[in-house]
Amino acid sequence: MAPLTHALSVAVRKKVFPAVGLRSEIQVLKDITFKVDPGSFVVITGPSGGGKTTLLNIIAGLDKDYEGRIDFGGDPRVAYVFQSPRLLPWRTVYENIALVLPPGDPRLANIPELIERVGLKEAATAYPEMISLGMQRRAALARAFILEPEFLLMDEPFVSLDDPTAQSLRELLVELWSRRPTTVLFVTHDRAEAVMLGTRILRLSGGSASIAEDVPVPLSVADRLNREKVHAEQRRIFGNG
Amino acid sequence: MLQVVKAPAERFRLGRVGWTLISLLALVAIWEIAALIAQSRYLPGPLAVVQVMVREAQAGELWSNIAATLTRVAFSFVVAMFIGSAIGIALGRNPGADRFFDAWLIFFLNLPALVIIVLCYIWFGLTEVAAVTAVAVNKIPNVAVTMREGTRSLSKDLEEMAQIYRFGWWKTMRHVTVPQLAPYSAAAARSGLALVWKIVLVVEAFGRSDGVGHQLNIAFQLFDVPMILAYALAFIVVVQLIEMLILQPIMARANKWRR
Repeated sequence: MAPLTHALSVAVRKKVFPAVGLRSEIQVLKDITFKVDPGSFVVITGPSGGGKTTLLNIIAGLDKDYEGRIDFGGDPRVAYVFQSPRLLPWRTVYENIALVLPPGDPRLANIPELIERVGLKEAATAYPEMISLGMQRRAALARAFILEPEFLLMDEPFVSLDDPTAQSLRELLVELWSRRPTTVLFVTHDRAEAVMLGTRILRLSGGSASIAEDVPVPLSVADRLNREKVHAEQRRIFGNG
Repeated sequence: MLQVVKAPAERFRLGRVGWTLISLLALVAIWEIAALIAQSRYLPGPLAVVQVMVREAQAGELWSNIAATLTRVAFSFVVAMFIGSAIGIALGRNPGADRFFDAWLIFFLNLPALVIIVLCYIWFGLTEVAAVTAVAVNKIPNVAVTMREGTRSLSKDLEEMAQIYRFGWWKTMRHVTVPQLAPYSAAAARSGLALVWKIVLVVEAFGRSDGVGHQLNIAFQLFDVPMILAYALAFIVVVQLIEMLILQPIMARANKWRR
């Protein structure tokens, strides 16, 4: 596939939630500026309610009510794995994945292999409500990857899963990402997850969130699949706290 | 997990059909007893009514009148569903328009059917167009209210998903919006059909020279109760057939993804 060329530059000066009823206006984001190199895996972490999802939605173009500028350096293919799977309940797993491609697209031929890779071979013709949440998340992951996106945005895609399931999905993500180069922005509040997946971690501060820390994570793909190494790196970055 | 277990549902349905039959037989029996006791030409027994029905059917009168009525039902139903859905979706999408037109909707919802029918005949003459318009206008507000509710409940999550994956207008409509509105369409269609049947008969009685409604009007003038009951029964059978053979299979198909 074509090498990744688009670099993302984010500059959000100000994002406020307007006053509602007795609650006054809230400033969620303040002076968040960073660049994302092509092919990197940037994890955005920070306290919950700290504006991480808001930032991701601004970058995705879903939230246009902010001051600042998002520049993808063109019009790259963007996929978004949301916090809930957001599959169409009335379409099968296969159809949900196929729908993001135009009819007759050559990538349609890759769907069966991808479905098998994410472990959904038996569930391909099932409707989302008939499969488990973990399987729905796999389908959402496959839907994003079939697009071969240049940018992949992910908002805590593995929350509310039991630990073994979440871990297997993280391993799957590392594997898919290492096979198919993609620039990833990944939001999570889970530090182990941040270290395992990210080549770089951006930590947002609470309050009117701005960037508190910007740390590289120099682990190889093999290291990332090794829990000990991930823990050691996590201690190095975040300390024992 | 993926297998749908069918057996209990089928057993249940069989039981239900049995119960329906028993209950209908009981109704016929009570009717027969009442007719025997009354011994009046204004309360004929089931057999007499069926005889009239067969006679009318053989003469071809029954079919031509039911066909005329069905045609009017079909036209006004389609027109009302189409216009009502368009209004409902527009109001559900646009809160400003909704605030403005809500009072109009309430006005038309509460306008008696008879007033609409009489006005349509006065304004447009005793024509087919006036008849179909009168029925459609009666139903449009109901459809609009139901579809407005459906549009308000459209998932923002799925809309954003469609936006991110660049579905475009047509794909979003077909795969995201319409399936979400389907249950509301179905509800509007079902309650609407029930309403349209009844109003079409009134419209026919008032100003048409064929159709079940017209026939009932003549029978009323002659106090011909067997004829009234014969048409009523034939009509119930037709409506039930349409419900069972057309509406229910469509619903079953549209709902097969549900757990």
